[in-house]
Amino acid sequence: MSSPPTLAIETSGLRKLFGQTAAVDGVDLQVPPGVVYSVLGPNGAGKSTLIRMLATLLRPDGGKATVFGHDVVRESDAVRRRISVTGQYASVDDALSGLENLVLMGRLQGYTWPRARERAAELMDAFGLTHAAGRLVSTYSGGMRRRLDIAASIVVSPDLLFLDEPTTGLDPRSRNQVWDIVRALLAGGTTILLTTQYLDEADELADRIAVVDQGKVIAEGTTDELKASVGQVALHVRLRDPGQRDKAEELLTQELGAPVHLEGDPAELSARVEDNSRVLQALGALTRASIEPAEFSVTRPSLDEVFLTLTGHKADDQSAGEAGEENAA
Amino acid sequence: MTSSIEGVDDRVMAILVTHERPPKASPMSATITHLWRGIMAFKHFPAQLIDIILLPAIFLLLFTYLFGGAFAGSPHQYLQFFLPGIAVQSVILMTVYTGTAINTDINKGVFDRFRTLPFWQPAAIAGNLVGDVLRYLIALTMTIGMGLALGFRPGGGILGVLAAVAVLIVFAFSVSWIFAAIGVVASVPERVSGTSMIVIYPLLFMSNIFVRPETMPSWMQVLVKVNPLSHAATASRTLMHGTAGFWDVMWALITSALITVVFAPLAVRLYRNKNTR
Ligand SMILES: Nc1ncnc2c1ncn2[C@@H]1O[C@H](COP(=O)(O)OP(=O)(O)O)[C@@H](O)[C@H]1O
Ligand SMILES: [Mg+2]
Repeated sequence: MSSPPTLAIETSGLRKLFGQTAAVDGVDLQVPPGVVYSVLGPNGAGKSTLIRMLATLLRPDGGKATVFGHDVVRESDAVRRRISVTGQYASVDDALSGLENLVLMGRLQGYTWPRARERAAELMDAFGLTHAAGRLVSTYSGGMRRRLDIAASIVVSPDLLFLDEPTTGLDPRSRNQVWDIVRALLAGGTTILLTTQYLDEADELADRIAVVDQGKVIAEGTTDELKASVGQVALHVRLRDPGQRDKAEELLTQELGAPVHLEGDPAELSARVEDNSRVLQALGALTRASIEPAEFSVTRPSLDEVFLTLTGHKADDQSAGEAGEENAA
Repeated sequence: MTSSIEGVDDRVMAILVTHERPPKASPMSATITHLWRGIMAFKHFPAQLIDIILLPAIFLLLFTYLFGGAFAGSPHQYLQFFLPGIAVQSVILMTVYTGTAINTDINKGVFDRFRTLPFWQPAAIAGNLVGDVLRYLIALTMTIGMGLALGFRPGGGILGVLAAVAVLIVFAFSVSWIFAAIGVVASVPERVSGTSMIVIYPLLFMSNIFVRPETMPSWMQVLVKVNPLSHAATASRTLMHGTAGFWDVMWALITSALITVVFAPLAVRLYRNKNTR
């Protein structure tokens, strides 16, 4: 195959306005098929609006978006045949049982009654919901609802699955279950676009990440590329003898040309360095001065730090504010 | 497929990913599926039946025994006049449910999921409406059954009553398109029922359901005459008593057709173009 495969998603200059606010403000994305692509950003960044446009649920105000080469506005039917959406808020029918919800989806996808029932039972089993199959969804826990919601999206396996904040508000166990499902779907050939506010989630699952803030993509790439783009490594040193820390601080500051932090542990120091090569020099200088590190590590920044550097605010800054607004409403 | 994924065995993998591509559901099958959904939901909440039964019962007893003597000489006399009318009210009050159900779907996000599925979209509304027909049947059976128990004697016999039921269902079906449209545009389900009651109650009382218009001032008589509910009540009354002329029934059917022709495409159009949050 010489020609490049059709991109799962391609957007250019995609925009959506709500009154004066640009919820999505000129987004260019390229998502290859067969990956988990994560859109990472704080509350209000425009993630849901972006997904809704790509899933043909919301009409863009500007720019262009295609899914497997089909325009999301002009060829929405063709797009709908390839995709499935699990929205931010579970979109299952509370007034039906879990099993009935899946039968409903199967029927609307074109299965016969017997096959729809069979497929529904299979999925309830695969998602560990068989024990609650006959119960009304309104009695389900958050994790169970979320799993049912994802199950409803894959009654017929989509080529592209949108998952809008699939783990927000879930306990760690349910979160791990959702992660396993995502990995399994990927292994089965489904391309996944997943939004999240959690850096560790993007780090854990995604092949590529777009960091969005205020409707704009502010960084894009693999996890490694994003970390590298911040251009820093963190050096962490733990000394055998805490009494040597002042001396070590002096030496490191000199060799690294960067401020050195004294950690809470009296034997530890750390520093952020622009240039990797200086780290070796600095460690050499310590050894020559007979200051022996018990251990040291050179790590690249966490996505948290990347986000902070890129946006100037922490990833969850705004979510605290939003929660406050919800209470006020 | 090898299972390199922790916690997910091969069997589960095989289930998660299917390569089946069933053919697109036909409009008929999608509508039946939505109808099934309504019936299942009804099965889980039989308490809805109380609404359907209680409201007509209260009105029937209240009007027959409180006002019957004053309106028509005796409760028994009044019942003969009133029952075919209250049957109209029984079904009309049910049509509001169509709107609240559609609105609930939209607000809950179920609508979003439907919209990304490749079936004939109006089926979601049509299925709802057909399901509501079952509600109308229950409401009518209750109302007429209770009337018979209280001494209602339809001159048109069983055929007359069945014909009246058929016309009332056609009429209610058409009216439910109005509430379907309101259900699509309203912000919350409570709005749907609130708005609807403001419209419905004046229409109910400004009709010939409760009293003969002859005693009203002439301007009021005009309003009563053009009120669609009066057409429905006239058809119901004349059919049940076996006195129906051609136009007594035709007016009800023409009114139903007009309402459907205007509001069915409107509701479907609004639904298709609806952009939610
Ligand atoms: N229907 C709407 N009407 C008005 N403003 C909206 C609407 N939907 C989203 N917004 C605004 O657009 C911005 C992006 O929202 P959203 O896409 O939901 O962000 P995210 O999913 O990243 O939290 C926010 O400022 C939000 O308030
Ligand atoms: Mg969102």
